[in-house]
Amino acid sequence: MGLELYLDLLSQPCRAVYLFARCNNIPFEFKRVELMKGERGWEGAAAPRRQRAGGSCPEFRKVNVLMKVPALRDGSFTLAESVAILMYLARKFKTPDHWYPSDLQKQARVDEYLSWQQAHIRGKGSKLFLSKVLIPLLAGQPLPPEKVESATEELNVVLNQFEEKFLQGKPFIVGNDISLADLVALVELMQPVASGYDLFEERPQLAEWRRRVEEAVGKQLFQEAHEEILNAKNVTADKIAPELREHFKQQLLKQVN
Amino acid sequence: MGLELYLDLLSQPCRSIYIFARTNNIPFEFKHVELFKDSVLGKKPAAAASGAERPRTGPSNSEGAGKISLLKKVPALKDGDFTLAECTAILLYLSRKYNTPDHWYPSDIKKRAQVDEYLSWHHANIRANAPKTMWIKVLIPLFTGQPLPSEKLQEVMEGLSASLKQFEERFLQDKAFIIGSEISLADLVAIVELMQPVGVGCDIFEDRPRLMEWRKRVEEAVGKELFFQAHEMILNVKELSNIQIDPQLKEHLAPVLMKMLK
Repeated sequence: MGLELYLDLLSQPCRAVYLFARCNNIPFEFKRVELMKGERGWEGAAAPRRQRAGGSCPEFRKVNVLMKVPALRDGSFTLAESVAILMYLARKFKTPDHWYPSDLQKQARVDEYLSWQQAHIRGKGSKLFLSKVLIPLLAGQPLPPEKVESATEELNVVLNQFEEKFLQGKPFIVGNDISLADLVALVELMQPVASGYDLFEERPQLAEWRRRVEEAVGKQLFQEAHEEILNAKNVTADKIAPELREHFKQQLLKQVN
Repeated sequence: MGLELYLDLLSQPCRSIYIFARTNNIPFEFKHVELFKDSVLGKKPAAAASGAERPRTGPSNSEGAGKISLLKKVPALKDGDFTLAECTAILLYLSRKYNTPDHWYPSDIKKRAQVDEYLSWHHANIRANAPKTMWIKVLIPLFTGQPLPSEKLQEVMEGLSASLKQFEERFLQDKAFIIGSEISLADLVAIVELMQPVGVGCDIFEDRPRLMEWRKRVEEAVGKELFFQAHEMILNVKELSNIQIDPQLKEHLAPVLMKMLK
């Protein structure tokens, strides 16, 4: 049994892991997890009933005992948390240096971004997606416009920080080459895009960076990985396991309030 | 000019960096940032910006920290021209640059992955709840003049309990330390966070003997004296209540803090 990756491509961290493995030709078995159906990763069967709710957003982590995706199984070794998985893959498969540079300062810059982004790009991007797509889907009605507006504003604040403090007009976050930082950043930004908010429209610097990242990863691969999330708006409530709907709804509402 | 570390020991991430640098004898200049005197959590209040109130302590390190740590004031590192924010990034940078003993961030890729996994999980879980105890019990009453909201505290403690349960069952289990028989960055990052509620009188170790044993091991591994020195401020945080807070600052921050409660 080789490397197994448990992924749901609706989830941003899963897409980062998927893209990284594929564009580096890392051989793995894709174990598809469908969170909306109440599926879980490989620990799903053993989990107590209380932990049944799945979800791909950081806010959801607070109520979800353990995030089940992405998850890696390599023989008897199992690992969760996307950043840990990405680094493990980079080290084990000795991927090109630019992904996680051996230069001390460049490496620190990648670490710095990956740490900062959790509460910021990831946090706010997810929140907007929840507000515009997931919660209305479960609640059967849209959220009050002020909630969506305020989530949009919060996202814009962190986008400004991203452009000014991290990107700073460079081709990529850590200089001239793509790294894990860019990959993680872009998959997160696709979440609010998938909710119908085209954040690249009025941000040319960001749009250019996006093009570069897509090219570095491979345009076709990038589109393929994002196909599901870009169709998320078409998901209807009946696709969600009924016993999860109410539970999801309550938890998600708590997170955006 | 050598390594400079901008730290306020009231802050958990700052403590982990301080302890790590000291226990590994990494030479650095301690740039003391006093978050509650010069600014609050890195945000210069509007009152001070308009020149209404000068910081009590002369030229402050928070300005230095502010210049280099563009996003948060502390912790921040300055190494010649190189500046760095974010606790995990700083810890990893120090461990690599100063070639600290392997157990802190093991070269074995599986053990290393387990440290990475913990550090990532910690952010969204322990770190999401433990700091709130201080906000609710000390800071909010201090700034808003309102008594501590006990239902909020209970909510936070429940969240924290859930995280602690996972911590014990999934990460610590029956091992001496998180990744096995030796201390690593994971234990250090965890312990400083869990001392925050202790500092404000929520002793989370009290009914958790396994956690208590682990804590003792961590204290010994870094050095008891150093551990207590690093935690002196937070363990005496009630002294904060005696700080004279500028009324304008209070007025400005009270609504912000009340929002944080939600």
